[in-house]
Amino acid sequence: MTTSTEKLELFEVFVRSKRGLDHKHIGSLHAEDHEQALEYARDCYTRRSEGVSIWVVKSNDICASQEDDADCFYDPSDDKPYRHATYYVLPDPVNNM
Amino acid sequence: MTIPQEENFMRKISAEEKIEPKDWMPAAYRKNLIRQISQHAHSEIIGMQPEGNWITRAPSLRRKAVLLSKVQDEAGHGLYLYSACETLGISRSEMIEQLQTGAAKYSSIFNYPTLTWADVGAIGWLVDGAAIVNQVSLQRTSYGPYARGMIRICKEESFHQRQGYEAMLALAKGSEGQKAMAQDALDRFYWPALMMFGPHDSDSAHSQKSMEWKIKRETNDDLRQKFIDQTVQQIEVLGLEHPDKDIKWNEERGHYDSSDLNWDEFWSVINGNGHCNRQRIEHHVAAHEEGEWVRDAITAYNEKKRAKKAQHAA
Repeated sequence: MTTSTEKLELFEVFVRSKRGLDHKHIGSLHAEDHEQALEYARDCYTRRSEGVSIWVVKSNDICASQEDDADCFYDPSDDKPYRHATYYVLPDPVNNM
Repeated sequence: MTIPQEENFMRKISAEEKIEPKDWMPAAYRKNLIRQISQHAHSEIIGMQPEGNWITRAPSLRRKAVLLSKVQDEAGHGLYLYSACETLGISRSEMIEQLQTGAAKYSSIFNYPTLTWADVGAIGWLVDGAAIVNQVSLQRTSYGPYARGMIRICKEESFHQRQGYEAMLALAKGSEGQKAMAQDALDRFYWPALMMFGPHDSDSAHSQKSMEWKIKRETNDDLRQKFIDQTVQQIEVLGLEHPDKDIKWNEERGHYDSSDLNWDEFWSVINGNGHCNRQRIEHHVAAHEEGEWVRDAITAYNEKKRAKKAQHAA
């Protein structure tokens, strides 16, 4: 038997806490559609003025990398320390350019 | 008469709040932003050419790997900026067309040729150095996606300047010939780097409105002064001669006094008559056209995948 929440879709919720900042993932919820998800998100996650803007995205629409594969996924940049500013040793007087 | 929307917009601007893509904004604010952000994006993309010129001829494997990484970053920065600009309702292809037809500009610095290896060092140090001064200021720009792009870019850009200075240092401490090469690169790139900040405030067509709307946060001349001041000691540490014979500390102002720039050269390069203007755009057009088959292949592959999926579902 399927319960009523299983008939609803899962949405991920992103909240922008202050104008100018990025939206940040804050949690998820079940809803019938985007509009409903937005209203639920407001009631669920921004009851204490935590945000000025909310994004909702269907969880199924998120394509994520696998953390278990992180080693080989990011390995191409592991041997490139020269991409970091600290790799370059400069004389003291100009070191904080 | 101001309409309430415009009042609300100006209220956000004066309260240092960011404007976000779905907010109402005056048409001229949008237009001004599209001009500035796309010009910035084009500069990142065209800027790959002068340095790319030296990738196959870098003097060591280490320098080659560093340069490759730097040029790769510039492509990424172009992407961040094009994406930020697209939030204003212009498409990527429209922007590329404006670049290729000359309707949109890019920084005039990239119309100078890179004649020697030292030029690569001078570009990282001076050109990226000047860009950083400008971009640090733009982290506080009023348009949210642009400000956030600037923060990301500034974080990555520091390595560009440092690798350039390190390369210059190696040459300046090297043989007589290498030192002369470093001096020559400094002499040629110093002035165009100062021109990157744009015309004097009094001659800058877009400055006033941009300052009012907080798209720009500091004036061209103030940013240029900052760069002049910070560069003096960096030249001293290299043991090279300052290209500006009139550079002099002004105790009263707390800044260096310096010679005025050759503005005829500035306007001439801006208007298409620099050493490499035609070459840069021709190369961009050629690369874009030669890349057509890659874009076609992506579309064809996506269509094939979609068709396969539909078949499975049926």
